[in-house]
Amino acid sequence: MHPTNGRVNGHHRRNGTPRYSAWSLVQHGLTGAEWSRAWRAHPMRKSYDVVIVGGGVHGLATAYYLATNHGIRNIAVLEKGYIGGGGSGRNTAILRSNYLTPEGVRFYDRSIKLYERLAADLNFNVMFSQRGHLTLAHNDASLRTMHWRAEVNKLQNVDSEVIGPDKIKELVPYLDTSTTTRYPILGALYHPPGGIIRHDAVVWGYARTADANGVHIHQKTEVTGIDVEGGRVTGVQTDQGRIATPVVVNCTAGWATLISDMAGVRMPVQTFPLQAAVTEPVKPFLDTVVVSGTLHVYVSQTDRGELVFGASVDPFASYSMRGSLEFTEGVAGHVLELMPAVSKMRLLRQWAGLCDMTPDYSPIMGPTEVEGFYVDVGWGTYGFKAGPVSGEAMADCIANQRPPEIISAFGIDRFLQGRLVGEKGAAAVGH
Amino acid sequence: MMLLTCPWCGPRNSTEFRFGGESHPRPRPDAATPEEWRDYLYFATNPRGWSRETWYHGSGCRRYFAIERHTETNEHRAIDERRAAEARR
Repeated sequence: MHPTNGRVNGHHRRNGTPRYSAWSLVQHGLTGAEWSRAWRAHPMRKSYDVVIVGGGVHGLATAYYLATNHGIRNIAVLEKGYIGGGGSGRNTAILRSNYLTPEGVRFYDRSIKLYERLAADLNFNVMFSQRGHLTLAHNDASLRTMHWRAEVNKLQNVDSEVIGPDKIKELVPYLDTSTTTRYPILGALYHPPGGIIRHDAVVWGYARTADANGVHIHQKTEVTGIDVEGGRVTGVQTDQGRIATPVVVNCTAGWATLISDMAGVRMPVQTFPLQAAVTEPVKPFLDTVVVSGTLHVYVSQTDRGELVFGASVDPFASYSMRGSLEFTEGVAGHVLELMPAVSKMRLLRQWAGLCDMTPDYSPIMGPTEVEGFYVDVGWGTYGFKAGPVSGEAMADCIANQRPPEIISAFGIDRFLQGRLVGEKGAAAVGH
Repeated sequence: MMLLTCPWCGPRNSTEFRFGGESHPRPRPDAATPEEWRDYLYFATNPRGWSRETWYHGSGCRRYFAIERHTETNEHRAIDERRAAEARR
């Protein structure tokens, strides 16, 4: 890993972007002065060294690490809508690293490490709350998988252990741990470093610091084509005009196939919606994140007091982001099986995000057969957790023109060679 | 909520069906190259628009059938063989 991670010669404020601090808060509070904009709008240049398609956490993190770790600053991040409006704003903001494959564990552990110091690196409060993460086991088979995961995790130095119903009840008193339920809780994989974060703050923090380092963020700019000549990328067509560039990075999650098609690169990706919902706010009663693979549900309580529910992806491929009644009924029923006490709470809203699912549930990262066209896609249901480490690894990959060791297993060539990285068993809920 | 029209049973709630994914012709086992197998097994067109798919009516007639569905609006229609042949040309 790069020693100066996220910092250039010890300081990363450029172009006069003011630092946020307790003092600046007091000052603004007393004087009522306007805060300066966190990032600016720039006129589009005719050419950039790197063009990143997709202004979510992956795209912005890639731009940030390219600028701070590798000194490549002539970068444009193109976003069709507004930054953080896709998967980065639609996930359930859960962070964890207790995966099943050693590749997955190593990768997400690096991501958690980066998240732990992100607020300091970005000078932006990302509200990371490491409140612990419980994956419940309701049958012998899943309990066995929990033990397997715990052992893989411990070997990679990730804090993870299997606990019994008594300890679970201590951590989450509102869980129904009786033996008379339809799916009795036999045990859980407890992962203390897991938790939740403010996902918008992560996007805004990366955007602000990338902007301070000279990156241009172009919102409401849709890519309409990618120019490839003689097997090399030469430019990008947008609805705001053409940009000449030797490097294009596809960070567009659910829309990944549409962008890759423009460069003539085929993808093993299918787009599925994943729905989530949030309740009205109540007093704090749920400290940890609770996940049940058997019941296809995960629950956490935000700092505002709302319960956030998520499920598995919808049962068929679609680009539609509308909610469905099946999801609402299913998620409510499953939450009540776990926590009957919340039956009087009301749902405030539900939404869907688009997940780019791959055949082995692992991402596709690195170069493609078109020179200069890089992909950071196939994140499926857990792209947000991986934001910082993907940005760091993709920046390394682009600057040094070869994939770093941490992502070498995730190349697109694995589908031809049959080296799939099966992460299915470790996804939070069954797929 | 989506109504899907089974060619045998008529319109039914989509929860009765299982999604079988895009339908592509299978390569010939004795002649296919590794690239053809990769394309068949893993790659997907993943269109934002009309897609030719396989569905299985698990809670009904238990038959597999092919259908065209729009992946953004979830509208669907029976496959028009003539149109499909034109698209292939």
